[in-house]
Amino acid sequence: MAEGLGTRRGDDLRAFTMLAAMWVRVSWTYRASFLVMTAASLVITGIDFVAILVMFGNVDALGGFGLGEVAFLYGATATCLGLADLVVGNVERLGRQVRLGQVDAMMVRPVGLLAQVCAHEFALRRLGRIAQGAAVLAWSLTVVHVAWDPARVAMLGSLVACGTAIFVGLFVLGAAFQFVSSDASEVANAFTYGGNAMTQYPLTIYPTEVVKALTFLVPVAFVNWYPALFILDVPDPLGLPDWLRFAAPVAAVVVCSLAALGWRAGVRRYRSTGS
Amino acid sequence: MLYAAVAMSSFRRYATYTAATLAGIFTNSVFGVIISFAYIAVWRQNPDAGGYDVTDAVTYCWLAQAMIMTVAIWNGGTTDDVAERIRTGDVAIDLYRPVSLLGWFLAGDLGRAAYHLLTRGVAPTVVGALLFDLRFPANPLTWLAFLLSVALGVVVSFGIRMLVASSAFWLLDQTGMLSLSAVFAMFFSGLAVPLVLFPEPFRSVVLALPWSAYVQVPIDIWLGQRHGPGVLGGLAFQAGWGAVLLLACAALLRVADRKVVVQGG
Repeated sequence: MAEGLGTRRGDDLRAFTMLAAMWVRVSWTYRASFLVMTAASLVITGIDFVAILVMFGNVDALGGFGLGEVAFLYGATATCLGLADLVVGNVERLGRQVRLGQVDAMMVRPVGLLAQVCAHEFALRRLGRIAQGAAVLAWSLTVVHVAWDPARVAMLGSLVACGTAIFVGLFVLGAAFQFVSSDASEVANAFTYGGNAMTQYPLTIYPTEVVKALTFLVPVAFVNWYPALFILDVPDPLGLPDWLRFAAPVAAVVVCSLAALGWRAGVRRYRSTGS
Repeated sequence: MLYAAVAMSSFRRYATYTAATLAGIFTNSVFGVIISFAYIAVWRQNPDAGGYDVTDAVTYCWLAQAMIMTVAIWNGGTTDDVAERIRTGDVAIDLYRPVSLLGWFLAGDLGRAAYHLLTRGVAPTVVGALLFDLRFPANPLTWLAFLLSVALGVVVSFGIRMLVASSAFWLLDQTGMLSLSAVFAMFFSGLAVPLVLFPEPFRSVVLALPWSAYVQVPIDIWLGQRHGPGVLGGLAFQAGWGAVLLLACAALLRVADRKVVVQGG
C-alpha cells in the first residue's frame, strides 16, 4: 500500500476522469433528455432563491443584511455545493451500490474505490446547480458595494476553493457512514444540503450557540460566512475573533482529513452485502 | 374489504425501512430548525407578514416538514411503481385485474401516507414542539378537520402524480415529467415559502392551484386561519381538485388502455 502513494493518487485521478468522461458521453447520447434534466436542475435549485426573494417582498433586511448581501451568501454557498456535488455527489448513493453488490465488483478493480464510486453514473447535468449559484453570485456582486483590492479577489477565489473542499469532505464523511447503515443516506443530507441551506442566510439569524457549532463542530460557517465578512468588510456582528475570516483553509483541511480517515475506517468495516 | 387490505399491506411495506425512516426524521428536523430561524428573522422585521404571527410561521415550518413525505411533495409513493410497471409492460396485468387500477394504487398510496404521517409527520412535529413554541389546535373538531384535509391532500397529490406516471404510456420514461412536476409541487404547495407571503395578484392565483391542497390548506386549518365555514371551504376546495384529477386519471387510463401493446402478443 505504502509504495508509490503519489502515483496511486495520480492513477485514481486519471481513472476518475476517464470514467466520468465515459458517463458524460453516455448522457450526451440522450441529448434532449440531458438538456431537459440540466434545465430542471437549474430551476429546482433556483426555487430556494425565489423563496428568499418572496421573503424580501415582505421585509427589507434579514438578520441585518439586505438582499444584495444575502444573495452573495446564497450564491457563494450554492456554487461551492454545486461544484462539490458535481465531483463527489455520487457518493451519497453508496448505500444503494452496497445493497446491489456493486461495491464488491469495484473492490477487485485496480482503481481506488472512492474514485470509482464518485465517477459511477457521473452526472454532468449538475452543472445546472453550479450555473444557478454562479448567476446569483455574479448578480449580487453588481448590487453590493465591494472595495475590490487584490486581497479581496484572492479571498473570493479561496472562498470557492475552500467552500467546495468543505462540502466535498462532508459528502465523503456522510458516505462513509453508509458503510455502517446503508439505508441511512438521508443523514448525510442534513449536513451537505442542510449545511448549504443554513449558510444561505446571514448567520445572525441563528442564536450564538448555533453559530459556534457551525464554526467549530460542523464548520460550514467557513464556506461563505467568514470569507464574506472580509470581502464585504463587515465587522463580525456576533463579536467572534477577526482571524476566523482567514481560517477557511484550515477548516477545509481538517474536514477533508477527517473524511479521508472516516472513509478508510468505513472501507475496513465493509462486510459486503447480505450478511 | 379489498382496498383496506391493499392499504394495510402498503403500510407494512413502507414500515420495513426503519433506518431510512429515522434518518429522514433527523434530516427533516435539521431543516425545520434552519427554516424556523429564517422565518423568525422575517417575522421579527414584519410581525404580521401574510396575516401570520411568528408562532404561526414557526408552526407552519414544522408542519410543512411533516407534510413532505406524507403528501409525497417530492414525488415517490405507489405512482412510482405504476410508472415502472408501464415501462416494463407489467401494467398489462394490472389492467386485466378485476379491480380498478386507480383504486388499487390509490389505496396503496393512502396506506403509505398513513405510515409516513405517523412517523415522518409526527416525529418532526414533536421535535419542533420541544425546540420552539408551536401552536396546537384546542378544538378536537379542528384535529379531525386537519386529518381529513391531509387525507384529501394525499388524494390531490396522488392524482397529479398518477397523471405524471401515466405519461410513461407515451414517453416510456417519467423522469423528465417527474422533475417538472417536482418544481411545481415544491413551489406552489407552500413548502418553499408560505403561499400567504406572495405579493397579491400571485397570491390569489397560487392559492387556487391544486398544489395549495398539499401544505397551505391543511396548515391553515390547523392554525385556525380558516375557521367555521372557511374550514368547509378548504375541504371542499381539496375534494373538488381531488375529484377533477381522479376523473382525469380515469379518462387518461381509458385512452392508454387502447394503446398498451404486450410484447409478443
